[in-house]
Amino acid sequence: MQVVQTVFQADEVSRVFEPARGTIEKLTDRLTGKRPAIVQAVDRVSLSLAQGETLGIVGESGCGKSTLARMITGILPVSGGTRRFRGEDYESFLARRRDALKVQMVFQDPMSSLNGRLKVGEIIGEGAVVHGIVPRSRMREHAAKMLERVGLAADSIDRYPHQFSGGQRQRIGIARALAVEPELLVCDEAVAALDVSVQAQIINLLMDIRQESGLSMIFISHDLGLIRHLCDRVAVMYLGRVVELAKTSELFGNPVHPYTQMLLAGMPRISTERRTFMPIKGEIPSPLNPPSGCHFHPRCDRATDHCRISRPDLREKGPSHLHACLNA
Amino acid sequence: MSEQFFEVEGLNTWFFTRAGTFKSVRDVSFNLKRGEVLGIVGESGSGKSVTGMSIMGQVEKPGKIVSGSIRLDGKELTELSFDQMRKYRGRRIAMVFQNPLMTLNPLMRVRQQMFEAISEHENVPAAQMRERSIAALKAVGIPSPEERLEAYPHELSGGMRQRVVIATALLMNPDLIIADEPTTALDVTIQAQIIHQMRSQITDRGLGMIWITHDLATLSELADRILVMYAGAMMETGATAEIIAMPRHPYTSKLLESVPSNNEPGQRLKQIRGTMPSLLDLGEGCAFRSRCERASPACEISPPMRSFSSTHHAWCHHPIEG
Repeated sequence: MQVVQTVFQADEVSRVFEPARGTIEKLTDRLTGKRPAIVQAVDRVSLSLAQGETLGIVGESGCGKSTLARMITGILPVSGGTRRFRGEDYESFLARRRDALKVQMVFQDPMSSLNGRLKVGEIIGEGAVVHGIVPRSRMREHAAKMLERVGLAADSIDRYPHQFSGGQRQRIGIARALAVEPELLVCDEAVAALDVSVQAQIINLLMDIRQESGLSMIFISHDLGLIRHLCDRVAVMYLGRVVELAKTSELFGNPVHPYTQMLLAGMPRISTERRTFMPIKGEIPSPLNPPSGCHFHPRCDRATDHCRISRPDLREKGPSHLHACLNA
Repeated sequence: MSEQFFEVEGLNTWFFTRAGTFKSVRDVSFNLKRGEVLGIVGESGSGKSVTGMSIMGQVEKPGKIVSGSIRLDGKELTELSFDQMRKYRGRRIAMVFQNPLMTLNPLMRVRQQMFEAISEHENVPAAQMRERSIAALKAVGIPSPEERLEAYPHELSGGMRQRVVIATALLMNPDLIIADEPTTALDVTIQAQIIHQMRSQITDRGLGMIWITHDLATLSELADRILVMYAGAMMETGATAEIIAMPRHPYTSKLLESVPSNNEPGQRLKQIRGTMPSLLDLGEGCAFRSRCERASPACEISPPMRSFSSTHHAWCHHPIEG
């Protein structure tokens, strides 16, 4: 039997954002007894990722998926909980900067994540050179190799980001991430800004890379169709919490949580029949003041008094199918 | 009420820049009936948005409507002066854009903005403007519209803001609404709500709508007819079911194939090879030929219109025969 290696693991990680308070504001807070509004962007989320696996994270704006992504890559520290990389505590792992490169991120907007004043060859090669993966004398060669790997001409190294189309820029972003030999790639809405035909090219590229190098991936998107296509397992988030986590086929075929069910029902699909919409009522409540108990209860048809009071923990529905609904 | 009230014929909108002439819209024609939704689908640079701007009379220098006709109830819009066109904009033709924050004035309450949209065209007492604004907000599913009227845009969620923009567009009971990617920036659940409400408004009020988007899935659920554009030109048009079930143009077919839900999970997506050509050096012939698997030397000359039904047409030398 093959032993499945866990690449990344998060145990009850949380992230709280507080407004920056100056001395005077702190003083008025104390005098008036007011507490500054805090946002619990991510609320005790646990997940793990196996070697070569792709985990999808879906949810609507404000559900905390990007905050979670940033905690996974180590850009943001956690407010609570622990992270592990191949079993090692994440803080000590990140402290070794050469190792920290093993987790790379691809962002949504390649224009704002690529330095417009650097040549593409420098953008891609710099990380690898600074961290001693390749000597500076071989930087251009290394960058050219990466460009070819993502389907761009090797002679693009002397051009600037603005000379490329959106899809090509996203390829550069991916090449930069690959240049430092990552083991985990976190893609945050990496294709959301691209045209359908370009999107297909980038998705194919990511799947090719995954197959060639056994890269583990976390793929964050609001696009359920993409998630279904690309991911092995999917976590659905709502207001900072994971409400359902299951194998992709299981989640799409047999969703348990009412929110997942509604999300799937709202997913536009290409069909010749006009669907009678049953739109989800209401909107996501403000994360500044989330509902008590189960965050979803104000929008849920099945909500009971119990849901209003107690926070549902993730429970098992079947093998590798977790959900957080008291009435499922 | 089934006659065509809105027609675009042979529209050419070009941009004259120092780098050369960008032929953003080339020979585009379509029409619209009351109560009908026409979806214009295309990728960046397809000319779908410039088509919308041309109808609104808002093509600015260095752009120009070079030729073509845009008629609303028989009235030629391209010949109208700026002031005459102003009387049409907002009143007879309204537009909804992708980003409501760019449309709404951040310093004005919803009430002020909606009242202004009315008083621009009509002189009515405030009480009546209020009544109409509340009715419009209700029609697009905004809860407690009386309170929302006093809100500033930043106090509303993204979905609510876009609803306010749509309500404002509905205020003057226009004949035609042009919506340019109106739900692209919104979450799926909110998008579903808004599409649902738009659909019933169109049917109830008997207005025509042009829904411009890159998203075929949304269109397949909303539009009665679809026009597929590529690099400024029409590729294919037909009833939604015709386009989705039996695309005739290779571009439409490839576009549908590249959507993840039309692919086996985990398999490589079918993709369109190459990239869109520059609008600068489009010669004669089919714009898609450089990426088309069915292309032949014949494609160097402008493709003829091939008809597959009274509504279904494709501009292609080698359409997919059923």
